[in-house]
Amino acid sequence: MRGIAAPRCWSGGRRAIAAVVAVGLAVVLAACGSSDTDTTVQAPPDGVDDGSELTLWTRAPLEKQAKLLVEAYNASHKNQVKLTVVPNDDYVAKVGAAAGSSSLPDLFAADIVYVPNWVKQGLFKDISANINGLSFKDSINKGHLAAGTDGGKEYVLPFVLDLSMLFWNKALFKEAGLDPEKAPSTLAEYAAAAKAVQGLNKSGVYGTATGLNCGGCLVFTWFPSFWADGQDVTNAEGTASLLTSDTAKKVFGTWQDLWKSGAVLPSSRDEAGPTWTAGFTQGKVGLMFYPATLLSSTPFDVGVAGIPGAAGGASTFVGGDGIGISKDSAKSDQAWNFLNWMMTEKAQVEVLAKNNDVVSRSDLADNLYAAKDPRLVTINKVAADGRTPVSLNFQQAYNATNSPWLSLVRDCVLESCANLQKNNDQVSAVLGQ
Amino acid sequence: MVTKVRRNRDAAAGWLFASPTAVFVVLLFALPLVLVFKMSASRWPLLAGDQGVNFPDNYVKAVENRFFVDSIVFTLKYTFLATVLLLALGLGLALLVQESSRWRNLLRVSFLIPSALGLASASLLFYVLYSPLAGPLAPVMEDLGISFLGTPNMALGSTLFLIVWRYAGFYMLLMLVGLQSVPSEVYEAAHLDGATRWQQFRRVTLPLLRPTLALTTVLCVTGSLLAFEQFYILTKGGPDNSTVSVVQLIYTVAFQGQNDLGVAAALSVIALFALVVINVAQLRAFRYEGT
Repeated sequence: MRGIAAPRCWSGGRRAIAAVVAVGLAVVLAACGSSDTDTTVQAPPDGVDDGSELTLWTRAPLEKQAKLLVEAYNASHKNQVKLTVVPNDDYVAKVGAAAGSSSLPDLFAADIVYVPNWVKQGLFKDISANINGLSFKDSINKGHLAAGTDGGKEYVLPFVLDLSMLFWNKALFKEAGLDPEKAPSTLAEYAAAAKAVQGLNKSGVYGTATGLNCGGCLVFTWFPSFWADGQDVTNAEGTASLLTSDTAKKVFGTWQDLWKSGAVLPSSRDEAGPTWTAGFTQGKVGLMFYPATLLSSTPFDVGVAGIPGAAGGASTFVGGDGIGISKDSAKSDQAWNFLNWMMTEKAQVEVLAKNNDVVSRSDLADNLYAAKDPRLVTINKVAADGRTPVSLNFQQAYNATNSPWLSLVRDCVLESCANLQKNNDQVSAVLGQ
Repeated sequence: MVTKVRRNRDAAAGWLFASPTAVFVVLLFALPLVLVFKMSASRWPLLAGDQGVNFPDNYVKAVENRFFVDSIVFTLKYTFLATVLLLALGLGLALLVQESSRWRNLLRVSFLIPSALGLASASLLFYVLYSPLAGPLAPVMEDLGISFLGTPNMALGSTLFLIVWRYAGFYMLLMLVGLQSVPSEVYEAAHLDGATRWQQFRRVTLPLLRPTLALTTVLCVTGSLLAFEQFYILTKGGPDNSTVSVVQLIYTVAFQGQNDLGVAAALSVIALFALVVINVAQLRAFRYEGT
């Protein structure tokens, strides 16, 4: 009977446990052969371009931008970058395993909200000397730089900026009798527009959409409404949550009202992330807080504006990925060559801006490609008012599938918001660990 | 003298034959096991590595985790439902395809085909089927006003459906092997004694099937207690953390946020002991009934 017993019915559990073990095993095996590499980079200003092979990891949502950058770099340099794209959900586990076994690639990008933690854990090399040598340092996106700064030393440069913006479907706006050229300027106007589109009663068409089971999506698209009102979501150190403010009540109240009125795409309720933008991209949703990186792949005419607060104003979540040289890289000078090139006008304008992506230098915001599409100017300008929250326990508090932030939002939007105080305390407890 | 040399040589040859397996057992089983115990007694963040012994902090944190009790309760509930469903259906299907009819082969193959698909692939397939946005069943869901993964009970039911679809054929096969080992003379004798079909099933089939039932129960209970992929892919523990299984909790603690391999290892050790106890109990129970 043992023979038949061999193909056990669920090997999945063991596989997950095995993953935990494998990471530890890698650490033990690596402990024997760990090499001493400098933690501070002091490369020549342009780095070294001597035909080395560099490795670079990034996560799947930024695959398009990463590929464009890497192809352009490889075409014009002797160094060759080998890009590895990792599924979003597996990225932390993969980096964790590699960090433990000292086998990180030369360069790797990280979700900017995880950067403070990863810098603190010493995964990146200090590149302050080289960053300070850049003549345009002051115009590099401040949110990203700040997230990658620890103890006055800089470890990370912006790789790809992803901003959350208010997108609206101009055709649906027109049909619903709304001005297709004017963005809703407050959260209340946003809700009114969503209800107007819903009021068309077109089959399969909804007012708005969001990802109510996706902590990362909610952070990305809802925090700006707080900031636009001048309200912080955490204290300055990122150790306590401030989600019981009047602004919070207004934001959650608006969404609760929208949900109850049926103007939100019903699948938003269970949306855990993979398809949270699909409804809008298919033209089935009137307006939505949406990632600006998807502007180039949205096939119809959309308007773009900053995300409004309850009393007006506009803000954005400056997300995306920061990139740095890993602690394990033995080719820091060559890696700096890539980073240095990445920040040049040539890479920023001719690669990123040309493909409708956001530049990470404010002095290049009004470039020739942006001039052709006023929406890009809007995005670049709002980027300067945007924010990147810094907190060491960000992932656990907000992004994780069982995060207290997710419980808080679901309670406040789908239920009656009776547990706001309790849930906020729970978020604080995680942030303050 | 000669025999002693030969015996020594035989022993050496024996060790030689066994050594490849022994090496694998040590490398892939014993070493990781020791490592998990070490991890569970050490402060061991995912990104920073081993920071030294801190026993018993990890165990305290593991037990105090706000999903610890919930995940155990949910896993037991899921295991019970999955086991009952799979064994009953497996036996039912086996009885159905055991009778020779001209559809027999077609039925057997069609029940068994889902077993050829990996569980992760099957979960992804059902993820799309269940999707209220992209799935082919979206209009049905909209008409009925339900969502397959929307409420805790629907999510559990939908996951169970996937599991039954994926594994019923496999259990049918095991049951079929058991059924075919029952000698036909016994049935003939029962028939001559005037037993009805139900009596035959109750008094002949079930008792003689006991070894097979023992095997399938142990397989299914152990497998269900370690459920992971289906929940990781289909529900991600949602909605509202109602479908967090024990292994998923381990994975979340290790890789999604807390990033603490020490606590994850402590949870793994607790799960390991629970499994050992449960399996010993099951085997005992079946042995007593069997003798």
